[in-house]
Amino acid sequence: MEKLEVRHVSKAFDGRSVLEDVSLTLREGELVCLLGVSGGGKSTLFNIISGLLKPDAGQVFLDGEEVTGKPGKISYMLQKDLLLPYRTIVDNVALPLLLRGVSKQEARQQASALFEEFGLEGTQTLWPSQLSGGMRQRAALLRTYLFSQNVALLDEPFSALDTLTKSAVHEWYLAVMERIRLSTLFITHDIDEAILLSDRIYLLTGQPGRICDEIRITQPKPRPHDFNLTPEFLVYKRAILERL
Amino acid sequence: MTRKLPNTIRRNGPALAAAAVLLAVWQAVCSVGLVPGYMLPSPIEVASALVKDWPALWENAQITLQEAFYGLALGVAIGFVFAVLMDAFDVLYRAFYPILVITQTIPTVAIAPLLVLWFGYEMTPKIILIILVTFFPVTVGLLDGFRAVDPDAVGLLRSMGAGRWQIFRYLKCPSALPHFFSGLRIAAAYSVVGAVISEWLGGFGGLGVYMTRVKKAYAFDKMFAVIILISVISLALMALVELAERRCMPYRHLREKS
Ligand SMILES: Nc1ncnc2c1ncn2[C@@H]1O[C@H](COP(=O)(O)OP(=O)(O)OP(=O)(O)O)[C@@H](O)[C@H]1O
Ligand SMILES: [Mg+2]
Repeated sequence: MEKLEVRHVSKAFDGRSVLEDVSLTLREGELVCLLGVSGGGKSTLFNIISGLLKPDAGQVFLDGEEVTGKPGKISYMLQKDLLLPYRTIVDNVALPLLLRGVSKQEARQQASALFEEFGLEGTQTLWPSQLSGGMRQRAALLRTYLFSQNVALLDEPFSALDTLTKSAVHEWYLAVMERIRLSTLFITHDIDEAILLSDRIYLLTGQPGRICDEIRITQPKPRPHDFNLTPEFLVYKRAILERL
Repeated sequence: MTRKLPNTIRRNGPALAAAAVLLAVWQAVCSVGLVPGYMLPSPIEVASALVKDWPALWENAQITLQEAFYGLALGVAIGFVFAVLMDAFDVLYRAFYPILVITQTIPTVAIAPLLVLWFGYEMTPKIILIILVTFFPVTVGLLDGFRAVDPDAVGLLRSMGAGRWQIFRYLKCPSALPHFFSGLRIAAAYSVVGAVISEWLGGFGGLGVYMTRVKKAYAFDKMFAVIILISVISLALMALVELAERRCMPYRHLREKS
């Protein structure tokens, strides 16, 4: 079933077209990647999906219900974790529940219950500045998850992490996504990351942004550790490089 | 490796040493007689005046502190309301910000007599003057804080369904706290000075009134004693603000603790 659907979305800023007739779908449990040049309108598309921006044309559907221009349905996560420095980790993570009107105690309890799943056990009462970059991203992810249990929009979520942390986080993310049945739409500049993680990749060309191709990565999951050294991987990579 | 001195001594050592040297020089100048004793009392004379006159000083200090407290509390409250309104409505910001700046260019000593003429010799004109000098640093601090909020963080909260009030409560207000406290520290210092100045220009009690009285008597040692008391009160108020700041923002002082 389609979790999320974007239909024929266009957007212009001051008469300059940034997105043109963009359509995409995200099915349940899928990890779909949006790969494209800088300035191609990817973040703008996320702002439209999350309802922060109204598109000039087109619609967004979540579970078949139209949510175009309605914030509060789908949240997203950015490269910067945006953890609030004046709230402890548990209070940061529980924020979406508080915003929804859940009581403080109840929100803390619900959030705490997921700390172990997200590799955050024991960090409840710490401040964000006391966590490592990888942990902060996981906390931000848990916050996103507590907001919308089944769709995550991630805008270059791991690009600030160093290579080793990044590949550990990738592995962890795929595992946790599987367990909590999360569907993910995510933006990256990193072609390797896209091929490693995705079920499908949408290629976006810039100025104005439009989807020029969709690539399906058929390699089953979980993928072997050395997948990025295999000839199949290189075939995908070459195909993507040719098209961008 | 040399043994480490306690942190506070190491940090404040130079300042304490410099102050001690200055006091010693001052005492020496007076003892030798470089300056006539009736014009510049020695530190020891000042200290004894402070002790001898303490009951009168303390009684007047209480009046001054009361004025400073009421003025500061009202100034902070008004400053907060101004900042919130000006942040919420850009029209208000553009309309009133220049006027607020202009009010701060008017010298305090120039409006104090006017306030006395309008409101008399009681506490009201003093409190009004203190409000005038304290709300501004608070308003500016808070406005800066509100404006420094990361738009991406606002977007994030909006995407999670937060309304204006929730964004204010969970994001803008706590983010502005450090800016608020820097404004408050300045306002606290201004409040004491403002109280003293307004007492100079008319009143029945307070350190300012006491000051004009001892000035007329050419009691230089008492003059110095009251000046020192005023500084100490200002410093104590600022220390209180600092304490409150640490209480409200423990996350800003993590490194010092561990
Ligand atoms: N609020 C706005 N007003 C005007 N122009 C905007 C606005 N937001 C984005 N743009 C423009 O739209 C274009 C697309 O921006 P966007 O941030 O969506 O690109 P992106 O694909 O996410 O880029 P990057 O990969 O660098 O993050 C850019 O040229 C940007 O300057
Ligand atoms: Mg972007």
